[in-house]
Amino acid sequence: MNFFETQHLTKSFGGLIAVNDLNFKVEQGEIFGLIGPNGSGKTTVFNLITGYHPISSGTIQFKDHSLNGLPTWKICKLGVGRTFQVVKPLRRMTVLDNVVASAFNHTGSLHEARDKALEVLEFCELIKKKDSQAKDLTIGDRKRLEIARALATDPTLLLLDETMAGLTPQEQAEGVELIRKIRNAGVTIIIVEHIMHVIMSICDRILCINYGQEIASGLPAEVANNHDVIEAYLGKE
Amino acid sequence: MKRIGWQTILIIALLLFPVMIGSDYYRHIFIISLMWVIIGSSWNLLAGYTGQVSFGHAIFFGTGAYTAGLCVTKLGISAWWGMLLGGPVALLVGLVIGWICFRLRGPYFALATIAIGEIFRLVAIDWRSLTEGMEGILLIQSFRSKLPYYYLALVLAAACMFAVYLVLNSKWGYYFVAIREDQDVAETIGISSFRYKSLSLMISSYFTGMAGAFYMNYMAFIDPHVVFSLHDISIMAILVAIIGGVGTLWGPAVGAFIMVWLQEIFRSAFFGLLPQWVSEAHVLVFGLLVIFVIRYLANGIVGDWSKIVGPWFGKKQLSYSSSGNGQ
Repeated sequence: MNFFETQHLTKSFGGLIAVNDLNFKVEQGEIFGLIGPNGSGKTTVFNLITGYHPISSGTIQFKDHSLNGLPTWKICKLGVGRTFQVVKPLRRMTVLDNVVASAFNHTGSLHEARDKALEVLEFCELIKKKDSQAKDLTIGDRKRLEIARALATDPTLLLLDETMAGLTPQEQAEGVELIRKIRNAGVTIIIVEHIMHVIMSICDRILCINYGQEIASGLPAEVANNHDVIEAYLGKE
Repeated sequence: MKRIGWQTILIIALLLFPVMIGSDYYRHIFIISLMWVIIGSSWNLLAGYTGQVSFGHAIFFGTGAYTAGLCVTKLGISAWWGMLLGGPVALLVGLVIGWICFRLRGPYFALATIAIGEIFRLVAIDWRSLTEGMEGILLIQSFRSKLPYYYLALVLAAACMFAVYLVLNSKWGYYFVAIREDQDVAETIGISSFRYKSLSLMISSYFTGMAGAFYMNYMAFIDPHVVFSLHDISIMAILVAIIGGVGTLWGPAVGAFIMVWLQEIFRSAFFGLLPQWVSEAHVLVFGLLVIFVIRYLANGIVGDWSKIVGPWFGKKQLSYSSSGNGQ
């Protein structure tokens, strides 16, 4: 059985088909890149995996569970964490409390949740900001908070939605480090990203989609040199 | 140490108050204020902390009151059984309302509570065989002295605030606030927003129902317009929390005393010092007060306390905190 697999995954909003017959597998321990031009359906794929939108047809399987039709919070309990492209800090809570709320996912004890949250904040290098209000953070720290909050739920599969967008080159380099660290801690990652040098440097395999359909998949170098991919991003000669 | 200090003083003051003050009039105002501490804190847990604004807390208050009243008129037992039953019955009503409304998000819950509140009031008026309609339910008070009622109200208010305090410092409290801040995020970190909104409503309706049952026992008279009132109960619950501070533990307690006193001062036309027409103006004053608080103290008196005392004690606080860092 595969760690994570979609079969014929399709989502239509009225007449618009946002995701069209998408099949892909993710192996345990992998960093799997999902790329494509704006509006190609990447975030919709994440929304389908996490049950935010109901699937029109097809299946999503994670470990030995089918995720079809499950509510978002149950999918989280099974071990799928996600970050949001447009960051959503719990604004009127401190950074620590944001992460504590997540850390309650597998415990009922405030003491254990706090310890877990502090550990995650240390791991994500946000510990110095733990007492700041989430609404006062810089964009770089908000992106880190998204990751910390997802990690505190103890996921085995983490969906990262453009966690590098809007960051300085320095912050991007630190972000790449963090993602590698997360993978080395045993978490499988699916990452949506526009910044090519980030994707190329950290992904084991890449799937490129356009108009909700697969146009190429494989090793980073293969996908980057694929004729259809270049055409999708840059247009025809 | 400093915090424990003022809380201990407050508790001792409230325990001694009715012994020191012999006037039944002032005792009565305090009893009503304490009752509003319960309702305000309950509303605040649901709306202030969980973000589910209710315009219908009269539903639970009236349900609790009528449960106590019907114990006497229909079951032939003491209205004090209502103190035991009023909370659970109100909780059941809350559970059903939550089950229907919490599947939706946005303002639907708030709108539904207005409608359901009016339905309860009309049913209580028209279902005469059960509720006696507008004739209401009249009992004989168990005690002539105010003291038993005062201490009962004090115990209930303290229990309610302590319960809210415990909830806020637990998993449930974190989950409630997470739902208030962003329901999508709450779901993605493993929170069933439906379940936890329902839990918050259940706690809130339970204590409000208790307050209603207490009211029946204390006032010994209820009718549908009194206990299912939109403006005297449902809106008052909101005002109490807004004035004191939505989303703060002590806000509704402070708001309750301010609002009840203000209402009483106007009702009595400043204790008879001003002409009688002033008593008609209390709704206007409430309105102006809410506008003022929302404009200048959006977090209420407790939430914006530092803003209120800041101009007078700002310097002192600054030196206190810096010396604290130095040590």
